[in-house]
Amino acid sequence: MTQAEQERRFQEKIDREIKIEPNDWMPDEYRQTLVRQISQHAHSEIVGMLPEGNWITRAPNLRRKAVLLAKVQDEAGHGLYLYSAVETLGTSREQTIDDLHTGKAKYSSIFNYPALTWADIGTIGWLVDGAAIMNQVALCRTSYGPYARAMVKICKEESFHQRQGYESLIKLCSGTPQQKAMAQDAMNRFWWPALMMFGPSDAESTHSDQSIKWKIKRFTNDELRQSFVDATVAQAEILGLTIPDPNLKWNEARGHYDFSEINWDEFWQVVKGNGPCNKERLAARIKAKEDGAWVRDAATAFAKKRAMKKSA
Amino acid sequence: MSTNEWPLWEVFIRSKQGLNHKHVGSLRAPDATLALENARDVYTRRSEGISIWVVESAQIHATDIDEAASFFEPSDTKIYRHPTFYEVPDGVKHM
Repeated sequence: MTQAEQERRFQEKIDREIKIEPNDWMPDEYRQTLVRQISQHAHSEIVGMLPEGNWITRAPNLRRKAVLLAKVQDEAGHGLYLYSAVETLGTSREQTIDDLHTGKAKYSSIFNYPALTWADIGTIGWLVDGAAIMNQVALCRTSYGPYARAMVKICKEESFHQRQGYESLIKLCSGTPQQKAMAQDAMNRFWWPALMMFGPSDAESTHSDQSIKWKIKRFTNDELRQSFVDATVAQAEILGLTIPDPNLKWNEARGHYDFSEINWDEFWQVVKGNGPCNKERLAARIKAKEDGAWVRDAATAFAKKRAMKKSA
Repeated sequence: MSTNEWPLWEVFIRSKQGLNHKHVGSLRAPDATLALENARDVYTRRSEGISIWVVESAQIHATDIDEAASFFEPSDTKIYRHPTFYEVPDGVKHM
């Protein structure tokens, strides 16, 4: 079969909503796009544990601590589902992780912002997980089988992440004026980075058209961003928090909220590694891998020893 | 040392008594004991299972995707294996 014929058949399957599975023929660029996108997604789950992990020992009470611990543990699991999905595309897991550590692979820029107060943890659950869910629900129907299955599991587990964050903010916002101010401050700092999570605008997005054609993505960055804004405004009103955008206004004709242009300079600066925490996050991941090496070595040695005893 | 030395394991979970073990995903682990413990932590954090099987991926033999059409052809051509192939007069009950 010629390359062109294979590509035609591949696109035909996609158009008929037939999922692509690991051993199926796929164009090299489809494979590369998936490796890039899924590994970036996996790294985001893992790096995302850092700002929250930092608050586990400082949670205000045992309930919040148990919840945060469960959430962070979920993120680790989500990273693993996604690393497994990347592996089905023929890349080694070690290589995928090393690509993060050398800076070759990216992760969501949102995790390069610090979590300065307890209100940040609630806000991360509400806005950051909320934005991630908006993206992930759409990805449950992505064309690559293992990615879609990982997303279904992740979405099922993530809905508690957003709700616990919102619940925590409800408490803060109905507390003392200082607590309410702390929540507003967190909102002010996380609103724009949360909107940036959907990536560059459609006009600037290099991979968008082909990804839509291959049904890796079902909606464009701007469409998802708009859905997120539309869903979030009323939630902010219930909290009594002000969204830090003077141009945020319901547009009757569009049936959507209008909002200000994102500060794209800041977005690209953070993507390029110059955000407030880029260096700290990568250093923490590299340290975790190096410091954990002896545990992996010991487990390998123990497994070998036991296998030898069995065969003796 | 690299975790690439750790074999890949496929994980199967029985969600409740009376149902089959079903494939849920994979993970890497140095041996079966740790594979089972990791599978518990990764795939059953919300009471999804009462029993787990782990099988080394290398031990799984699969049909060849390129041969699928001819491999499964014998079944596709035998529509008389389905009850809807047979005509029964109206009014015949319990069949």
